[in-house]
Amino acid sequence: MDTAFFYFFAALVLGGAILTITRRSAIHSAICLIVSLVGVAGLYLLQKAEFLFAVQIILYIGGIMVLFLFVIMLVNLDEQAKERQFNGQWWIALVTVAVVSVQVSYFLRKGAGAFQLARPSDAAPAAGNTEMIADALFSDYLLPFEIASLLLLVAVVGSVVMAKKRI
Amino acid sequence: MAPVTTVHYLVLSAALLLIGTIGVLTRRNIVIILMSIELILNAVNINLIAFSQHLKNMDGQIFAIFVITDAVAEAAVGLGILIALFRNKETVQADEIDLLKW
Repeated sequence: MDTAFFYFFAALVLGGAILTITRRSAIHSAICLIVSLVGVAGLYLLQKAEFLFAVQIILYIGGIMVLFLFVIMLVNLDEQAKERQFNGQWWIALVTVAVVSVQVSYFLRKGAGAFQLARPSDAAPAAGNTEMIADALFSDYLLPFEIASLLLLVAVVGSVVMAKKRI
Repeated sequence: MAPVTTVHYLVLSAALLLIGTIGVLTRRNIVIILMSIELILNAVNINLIAFSQHLKNMDGQIFAIFVITDAVAEAAVGLGILIALFRNKETVQADEIDLLKW
């Protein structure tokens, strides 16, 4: 059952991503990106990261994507949609594709056994997922947590200043 | 079907990173370039979560939270810059903004 769900969500992620970078209209791209992000959220659920699943839905799909859609409607993209959509850098992209597709085709030929990872741990989780994240976040990672809040403050002030008509 | 291993997640994340990179390199519309950056950051997150589950270690999920925080900040500031740019230059095509080129 897990296998079927994995392939379903993987198809959602990759199909949404490919449509995102090929659609002409930015609105269509944003909606395909939402499909892709839902797939990523499903993968989090399969990997037993329930807290991040909720964060992905609320923050990414509810927050960032609404921000994107607002900006697309604020910025008039109708003329741009009629223009050429791709620039002349396709050969750099081709090199990138070649490098990673070698790895992917090696995986498809040899299967998962060809890659050596560290031995998986089979320790049972000590507590619920959210509880363990909170434990780590507010003890070991307290200083990065505070710095992240400072980063968000800077981002809020910065985006308001950027979008303001007259500073 | 064969059971899904951590390697499956890693290959999926590599493919997603690849698609995002192609988007950043080849698209002209800045909005879609920013969306491709979101795809790249999601690929990073899939990788972190896969190893977090593989090693039963919470640090990967904490890092994923920080990556999401950075993605939010990046999207907010990037779209703010985009609005300021559109107000001044009336374009959102990346290769038409070449004021610093000579």
